[in-house]
Amino acid sequence: MVYDVLIIGAGCTGVMTARLLSAKNVKVAVVEASADVATGATAANSAIVHAGYDALPGTLKAKLNVRGNRLMKEIAAALDVELKEVGSHVVGFGDGDLVKLEELKARGEANGVPGLEIIGQDELRRMEPNISPEATHSLWAPSAAITCPYGITIAAAENAATNGVDFYFNFAVSDCSSAGGIHYVTNGTSTVAARYVLNCAGVSSAAVASILGENDFPVTITPRRGEYYILDKSVGSLANSTLFVCPSDRGKGILVSPTVHGNTIVGPNAYPIEDAADKSTTAAGLAEISAGARRIMPSIPLNAAITSFAGVRSTPNQYDFYIRPSEQIPGVIHAVGVESPGFASSPATAEYLVGLLEEAGLKLEDKPDYIPTRRKDGNHRQWNRLSDEEKNEKCRENPAYGKIVCRCETVTEGDLLDMLDSPIPAVTIDMMKRRLRAGMGRCQGGFCSPRVAALIAEKTGVTLDAVTKNGGGSWLVTKRTED
Amino acid sequence: MDMTTRKLIVIGGGPAGLSAAVAAVDAGLDPQDILVLERDSEPGGILNQCIHAGFGLHRFGEELTGPEYSGRYVAMARERNIPILCNAMVLSLTDDRRVTFVSPETGYTTISAEAVILAMGCRERTRGALSIPGSRPSGVYTAGCAQRYVNIEGYMPGHRVVILGSGDIGLIMARRMTLEGAKVLAVCEIMPYSGGLARNIEQCLNDFGIPLKLSHTVVNIHGKERVEGVTIAAVDEQNGRKPIPGTEEFIPCDTLLLSVGLIPENELTRGAGIGIDRMTNGASVNQYRETSAPGIYACGNVLHVHDLVDYVSEEADIAGRAAADRILERSAPVKSSVALKTGFGVRYTVPERIDLAEELVDVRIFFRVTDVYKKVQFVIESGNGDVLVKKAKSAAAPGEMESLTIPADKLKGVLESGAAEIKVYLKELGGQAK
Repeated sequence: MVYDVLIIGAGCTGVMTARLLSAKNVKVAVVEASADVATGATAANSAIVHAGYDALPGTLKAKLNVRGNRLMKEIAAALDVELKEVGSHVVGFGDGDLVKLEELKARGEANGVPGLEIIGQDELRRMEPNISPEATHSLWAPSAAITCPYGITIAAAENAATNGVDFYFNFAVSDCSSAGGIHYVTNGTSTVAARYVLNCAGVSSAAVASILGENDFPVTITPRRGEYYILDKSVGSLANSTLFVCPSDRGKGILVSPTVHGNTIVGPNAYPIEDAADKSTTAAGLAEISAGARRIMPSIPLNAAITSFAGVRSTPNQYDFYIRPSEQIPGVIHAVGVESPGFASSPATAEYLVGLLEEAGLKLEDKPDYIPTRRKDGNHRQWNRLSDEEKNEKCRENPAYGKIVCRCETVTEGDLLDMLDSPIPAVTIDMMKRRLRAGMGRCQGGFCSPRVAALIAEKTGVTLDAVTKNGGGSWLVTKRTED
Repeated sequence: MDMTTRKLIVIGGGPAGLSAAVAAVDAGLDPQDILVLERDSEPGGILNQCIHAGFGLHRFGEELTGPEYSGRYVAMARERNIPILCNAMVLSLTDDRRVTFVSPETGYTTISAEAVILAMGCRERTRGALSIPGSRPSGVYTAGCAQRYVNIEGYMPGHRVVILGSGDIGLIMARRMTLEGAKVLAVCEIMPYSGGLARNIEQCLNDFGIPLKLSHTVVNIHGKERVEGVTIAAVDEQNGRKPIPGTEEFIPCDTLLLSVGLIPENELTRGAGIGIDRMTNGASVNQYRETSAPGIYACGNVLHVHDLVDYVSEEADIAGRAAADRILERSAPVKSSVALKTGFGVRYTVPERIDLAEELVDVRIFFRVTDVYKKVQFVIESGNGDVLVKKAKSAAAPGEMESLTIPADKLKGVLESGAAEIKVYLKELGGQAK
């Protein structure tokens, strides 16, 4: 079969676009190199829906960020994903920073960011009691929000899959040929054919452009790694809003922010790396983000860290997002160099890409039987987010919802079974973790991961040694040596 | 099963919880007034996966495996018809003893009780808590998680193994993995001494020729999908145990097991606003193991991490009897409270306070030392300087729990003197205590 549209990359940009197209009368496929959606930059970032004061006025980045911020809130509501409009402060230390904050405010107003305000020390301390006494001002942006970037991307992917989008995982594009207006994209073993191809491959997007046949592609990408700490929920709410440090030449600096799950996130630093797949953390890097966090919040209890991780972002050689049709290959559209605020922008980037597809000649009509939720029968809210009455009801309906498998995050067996039954079945430990937070709490899966693995094995009809952490060679256990 | 009222709720059906419930019945409480809530699918706790022998020498005078030891308590509970509800996870607790839990059998339920015994046990410290740098492949397990894969699921977590931390579970797993055909390449311990029992070093490492690398830690984890190796390094004892540049050694392996400490699982306790001892990470208790919330008791590894389950059972008996006394209104009125303070060489004590009543009985004080010592004297003295009890010992280490009993007549003296605290410390032989 020939798809109307093939999207390369199941990060936030690709998936949000697939979701929009799934409401139209076109056949869409998404190919993804890894075993799940949202495993690249979408999975490992600061989890902020930026307000949009940072980007230079008049750029695509500015326009898409501000609109994306608004659309993200609508999508979260439609797909029942947690999103909190906590606002953000850019924190200044002294009068030198105040000048920069005024500049940022003017920029944000030009971009159309609502409600920006410069706040003095007393008000800042009232809003953020744990902030450093040396903080003197902040730029307050009430429209900034926190959410779970991979959570909302997974939700959008399920919504898209429910409406007929096909997802191909473990599909690393290795070659492409075109004939008669059809592109044949292959990973070496399978081939997907489509009339239009969207390159949404994130950190690999420049490489994918050349695989698709671009010569002298103007954009190059440097992978840049940022390291983070996650602090345990037990330390409580340290920050009420996202706290950025006033930007310097080294980027936006290290932030301290609540997460939508009740933890505190600290990070990132930013270092260019050679290998885009290198998500390792370093002792020096973790020390650096610790020091950065203490600058904003001297009392921050970093000994309550439950995990650290690194995310790899793409840094292009140009300021703005490069989102435009190929000049060399008709039917190919690139979304390359979509660095921060790429996640906040993604719902608007998706609209923009759909617009480019229409300009390129794709006819789109609304699908009459479009399902606006994650599943045919609704959004399937996780048990621990239900009200007490609903929890009880659910247990009565199916006792599996009364059986807690992940203790730290209160994930029930019923939730796990539901995810195995999803339009994108969760068949690895990490897929379960990203969807339900099983294994993401303070014991980091010590108790539940053998149980989750056993359930996946049982329900997918394989033995335990065939279950992986995240696909490929990430095996968990091997058969015991027979004696 | 009727779920509306219970006089005593025991949270946790491991050796601590079961032992406490049994003790409460033996002290006169009607078993039907008790409910034991166990989150796993069967009672027994973590001992169910500890299939090695070495349990019960103090309690039963014989060497039992983990399942045998817990099995005895399950049998004792069953003989007494104590109701145990499995697959029951407690979600919240209040300081006025309202317990909310969920189970497939009962759904989402809240019960109020006259007494609650906390016996939730502990969990293992993880890679995240240590912030070990490196990549995040599969093949990094806590020792207990690996133990479950081997002993319960019947699979091997890997073939070539490095173990970080020489806690008892790590030592036991070094032997277990070796017996199952894996090659344990090294056990690294950041401290200059092992945190495990001396007998485990001998029987689990030395007997199998597994090297124990003291003052070493893992400084990097390699591998994209699965662990491909770890880098270990010596640490500088004089400089905050930081890795010493130039001592790094790459060990190719497919598995890293972590045995880097146990943390009492006190989320429910904290949620109820109960006071926690910063040193034990468990509730602060009196000699009856009653926490700062009246009628809520704690025992076993949720109170402080034990090295022998025998002491868990002993502690649970105390809590179980005290809970029964409270329910049956037999508790003596408290005349005064004295705080137990740690002095030189003592990391913590349990209990942290003694409540003195008219009738006094001997009180056994459990404690751990801060470092490895040779030839010491343990001293417990009253705030006014009276020595209550002392004991000489040829060696002491943080891995082995110590105890001393304060006789009732000495406590009577403390009561009469009006002293506000009792101090526990050690003297190095020939040295001067601070």
